[in-house]
Order: sequence, then structure tokens, then C-alpha cells
Amino acid sequence: MIGGVSWPELARLAQAHLFLSGCAVLAAVLIGLPVAILAAHDRRVRAPLLGIISLLQTIPGLALLALFYPLLLFLARATGWPIPALGFLPALLALGIYALLPVVRNGVAAIQGIEPVLVEAAHGLGMSRWQRLRLVELPLGAPVILAGIRTAAVWTIGTATLATTIGQSSLGDLIFSGLQTEDWQRVLVGCVAAAALAILVDAMLALVETGIAGRSRRRLGAGLAILIAALAMTLAPVSDGRASTGRLVVIGAKNFSEQYILAQLIEERLRAAGYRTQRRDNLGSAIAYRALAAGDIGVYVDYAGTLWANVLRRTDTPDGDTMLKALAQELERRDKVRVLGPLGFENAYAFAMIRARAQALEITTLDDLARIAPRLRLGTDLEFLNRPEWQAVEEHYHPVFRAMRPYSPTFMYRALADGAVDVISAFSSDGRIVALDLVTLDDPRGALPRYDALLLLNGGAADDPRLVAALQPLIGAISIERMRGANWMVDRDENKRTPAQAAQWLSGEIDRTR
Amino acid sequence: MIDFAHVSKRYDGRPVLDDVSLSIAAGSFVALVGASGAGKTTLLKAVNRLIEVDQGMVAVNGRDVADQPAVRLRRQIGYVFQGVGLFPHMTVAQNIWLVPRLAGMAAAGRAQRVADLLAMVSLPEELAGRYPHQLSGGQAQRVGFARALAAGPSIMLMDEPFGALDPVTRGDVGPAYRALHDQMGLTSLLVTHDMAEALILADRVIVLGAGRILADMPPRALLRARGEPTINAMIDAARASAARLEALAREA
Repeated sequence: MIGGVSWPELARLAQAHLFLSGCAVLAAVLIGLPVAILAAHDRRVRAPLLGIISLLQTIPGLALLALFYPLLLFLARATGWPIPALGFLPALLALGIYALLPVVRNGVAAIQGIEPVLVEAAHGLGMSRWQRLRLVELPLGAPVILAGIRTAAVWTIGTATLATTIGQSSLGDLIFSGLQTEDWQRVLVGCVAAAALAILVDAMLALVETGIAGRSRRRLGAGLAILIAALAMTLAPVSDGRASTGRLVVIGAKNFSEQYILAQLIEERLRAAGYRTQRRDNLGSAIAYRALAAGDIGVYVDYAGTLWANVLRRTDTPDGDTMLKALAQELERRDKVRVLGPLGFENAYAFAMIRARAQALEITTLDDLARIAPRLRLGTDLEFLNRPEWQAVEEHYHPVFRAMRPYSPTFMYRALADGAVDVISAFSSDGRIVALDLVTLDDPRGALPRYDALLLLNGGAADDPRLVAALQPLIGAISIERMRGANWMVDRDENKRTPAQAAQWLSGEIDRTR
Repeated sequence: MIDFAHVSKRYDGRPVLDDVSLSIAAGSFVALVGASGAGKTTLLKAVNRLIEVDQGMVAVNGRDVADQPAVRLRRQIGYVFQGVGLFPHMTVAQNIWLVPRLAGMAAAGRAQRVADLLAMVSLPEELAGRYPHQLSGGQAQRVGFARALAAGPSIMLMDEPFGALDPVTRGDVGPAYRALHDQMGLTSLLVTHDMAEALILADRVIVLGAGRILADMPPRALLRARGEPTINAMIDAARASAARLEALAREA
């Protein structure tokens, strides 16, 4: 164990990270070098080509990765080929494009930087174009070309941490999950491991570079041998002691603690039933459902209101049971997605106050709140005031607050605790509601939509009765108190637990009461 | 044998060769002299198609060079220039053997051929394994000559080959090449801005100015003739420095 990360987990992530980065750099070199050679010799190609590649470079790495998801999804639909839109392929494409710029730019500079007298000699002695390339341009340009490959390798290893967001395992798994659960040790382990990998690879490439520059076959050979050995090692399977022969089920999770805990819980249940499992954590909110519908993941947890508004694009707010029924029918019909059932708690927007203060002001409902709102200050997360939920609250209750202040979630709770605001837009399953002794206000007019946590299966998983039976015990078994408790174990600063430990606790609670 | 028939070349509208016709006999040593921009290098490079002419025809051994693949043409013609252009990542031997290698000649007897070529340019055999940065300027230019001669060309094109050498080495390498020229029966075309060098080495001196031939005669005839003021000035300058040297030598 190091920083709460087990060695096999670290080894597995480092291996996946190195394999992805290695493939991306290799692809960039295989494509970029010929392109650079072409561009170095042809002025008409050079300017537009370098322009396009520089432009691609300005797209933020995260956006580039995210853009490949819809693009590949579209390609898969248009061609009918089984192109995976999540995981390795989009990560490889995005990182490969990213690595292209230093390879091409240095390649062009290397060939253009060859001394004019040598170019004249090459022409004057009667070298063909291919001979010029093989005998003069490549050997003399090698140090500059290699410097470009080194830059590409370091960039790629750094950027590959973002591959986590599109469901490709990398050292970014540690960084992203650590960030969400505020487990800084985990973040640090991920960062240090990625940096160490980058430094090691760079050092090996430096060895190759000095080997070429100094015409030392020994250095060149040593550097290349170590790099090739490292890449070969990434192909060897790392045993994590969980080898099993059952069917593979891919479990998705969005990027917050509750999702990690629930995904872990689902994973444990499926393993116990003999399935092989794989995780796709930190999926973007919009990507997760589409990944399920496309079959890239088999099971995950989403929330009724999110599906209603974002997937079905509905703007009305029917009562809870009507919404759940309509959701189940519509998702089944449209995407063959099965709603196995609600887990038993909601992760909804809820107005929350310190219990003592709410009692002193005699506030229990949003009606009460609206009445004395002009004396109160509202704290919200960064997006709440722009969301339809807030519009609905305004329409139904017409509250006018003395002040409204948006915060990032952590600071929003702190502001409430410190008395900087009087009421906040909390999430109902947040562990801090219990920890800070908050009350959530009732919504008698039904302005806020239901956000029941629903267990969703794609068509393939839903048709497997053994799988359904393994997950069925979770339906209706997780009360709001239990979920808050589990979330708090992970989110608190002291005596912090990992999502796996929280899931284990939750699992015990479920079994205890069955 | 090299023939130029009505050859013209312009750069950005400015003529550098203006309807030049000229015939160079096999076995002759011809120097092209003139101020910079006179067109001498352009004329030289038109022979192995490093420069393509706009109008007229250049023929080598009776064949229009434009009809021959440039790469093969260049391998048949020796080329030496001021920058030398030895490849820094190749040994002396690899540099010398480059043209035979480009042409796909068998490597058998390579070491002996390289040793012979080094001997031909008066360099010791042990230089074969060295890299260019380990050579002096004079040695490097001699290797340049050996490289140009390696595939056994009958024609040698030389663009200011002694320009970057110090005067002592220069006075050494020039006559050494002239001896090779005679011994191997080469046809040599030498571009130089040094009239004295042209007069001493060549059989025939062609003076160019603004893309035209101003004079074309053997060295002795050129020294006697009085013509264009520019030619007179060039010859007078060469003579004056020789005279000053001689006067100085008498005083000593």
C-alpha cells in the first residue's frame, strides 16, 4: 500500500497508462514523420499543415478526448461497424493527435535545418530523393526528430491522465477519484506516478538521443532495449487476484463519491455471483447514459430527474410515480434500457438549513421559507440559479431573498456553517446534511422534480436472469440515511474511508436488514 | 565535350545568362572568371542540371542534358564546390565511396579503391577511417576531390573549389589537381573569381560579364590582349600584385 493505493492497483494503472501513451506516441511517429518529410520538401503543404496541427493542439486535452465520444458514436451508427466509442480507441486517437505537433514540427525543423552545403553536395553527387532522405536527412536530422519525440512522450504521458474521463484506465483514475472524494493522498500518488513515468521514459529517450548524436551504438541500444522491454511489459497481464471466468460486465460511474460507492457495491455483488467485472469511472454526466444505450457499459446508477430532463428532454414536472413509470416505459422502448428499480433514496436538490435556526424561525416548508425570504441569504452551488429547478421554485413559491451567492459545493456548506448564508441548495443524499445537523425543507407544491436513484441495465444485461437476480436485493434497500452515511464516510476530512470501504459498510447494512 | 547553344537564364526577370553559346573540347581545362553575378556559376551548374536553363540547349558528349535523368547525369560528372560538403556522419572512406554506392556499384575492392583515390590526392591511407571534423581544410577539400573522382568521371565541374583554403594550401591543391587533370585526361570546368588562378591553371579562360562572354582565349593571349576595361582591370590587378611581390623579393 502507498497512500491508500494498493501495489497491484498502482501497477495495473501504470501499465494501462504506459501502454496507452506508448501506442499514442508510436502512432504519432508513424503518421507524423512521413507527414513532416512531405511538408519539409513542399512549401505549399507546409504552412497549411502546420497550421491545422497547431490548431488541433489548442483544443484543450479534455475537450479533445470528450469530442471523440460523439464522433465515434456517430461513425459506429453511420457505418454499422462495432466501433467502441469509449475507452482505448478514443483515448488513443485524441492522444495521438496531441502528440502529432511536436513530432511534425521537429521533423520539419530537422530536415529544413540541414546545412545548405550538405544539401548541395547531396544534389551535386546525384542522390535520388529517397537516397537523400535515407543517407542524409534522416541520420543528420535524427537528434532534432528525437527531441520532438521526447516532447511528445512527456506530453502524452501527462495528458493520458485525462483518458480516465472517457472510460480508459490510466493513472488519472487515482487523480480523478481522489479529487472527487478529497482524498489528496490518492491524487498525489497518481500525480507522482505519472510524473515518474514521464521522467523515466524521457531519460531513456535521452539515452537514445545521445547514442545517435555520439554515434554510440551501446547507448542507443541500451535506451531502445529498455523502452521496448517496458512496452512489452505493458502487454503482460497483471494478476490482481480476481481472475474469474464468468461473463464480463462493465459497470459505469459518474464522477462523484456516491457513484463510486454504488459502482463498487454493484461490482462486489456481481463478482460474488461469478461475473468478471470492469469499471468505467468518471464518465461525464451526458456520456454515461449514452454509453449504456450503446452497450459500452452494462449497468450504472442514474437519477430520475436527470434522465427525465436530459435524456427524454421533458420540461414538465409530473408527480413522482407518474415520472418513474413513464421513464421505465420510454427508456425500454427507445434504447432497450431496463430500469431495474429505485434504490430507495433520492439525490435531489433540496433547500437545507441548520436545524436550530429553522426551528427558531419556524420554517419546515418552502412556503414558510418564501414568507421570510427577504430577511434571509441563499447560498447555492455554481449552476443552481441557472437550472430549471430554481425557475420552478420561483414560479411556485415566489421567494425573494436578501442576497443570493453561488459557491463551489464545499464552500457552500462551509458558508452555511459559518452563518454567511441562512439556507442552501443542498443535495439530499449528501453526508454533510447529517454531519452538520441540517434539515431539508418540504416541497408541498411539488416544484422540485424527483431524483430517485435508479439502477439501469442495458438490454444485454437485462436479459440475463442471473445478473438481474444478483442485483435485485439492492432495489429499495438503500435509504436516504444509509446513503448519507456512506457518502459522509468518504467525504469527511477526518477518519476518511475509501469508496470501497464505504461500499462494504453499505453492503453489510443491506444484508443485516434483509 | 560540353556544348552550350544559345543558353539564357533569368532570375526574377534579371538575365544572368544572355544567349551564351560555347563549345568545350574533351580534355581541355577551362576557367570561367568574372565578377560575382556575372553568370559563371549558373553556366557551370547548367551542365549537371543543378540549374535548369530557360532557353537554349546544354549538351554533354553530344546529348542534350534535359533528356537525361538528372540523378544519373550528376553521378557521371564530378562535382566539387567551395563548401566541400563532406557528410559529417560518414567517415572519409564512406564519403569518398558515396557516388559508386549511390549507383549501386559492388563494394568489392572498395578499400583498395579508396586507398588509391586518397593516394591520388596525396593523402595518407590512414585518413580513411576518420570523420570530416578531424580533417584540416586542405585535407577536406582533397577528400572532396577524391569523392568527385571516385566513380571515374570524364568531366569535372568545380565551383570556387579553392575559395575557402588558406593561400599556402591553395597554391598546393590547385597545381596538384592540374596534374591529375593531365594524367587522367579529364575535361575540367573551373569557376573562380581569382584571375591569377585562372591564368595559371587553365588552358582557356572565359571572362563573363552580365551574362555574356566578354573574352574567350588562352591565358597568354589574354595577357597580351587589351580589351574591355573590366578585363583589363582584372588582369592588371593580378599583374600588379605579382609585380609587388617580385619587387619585395628583390629587396629582401
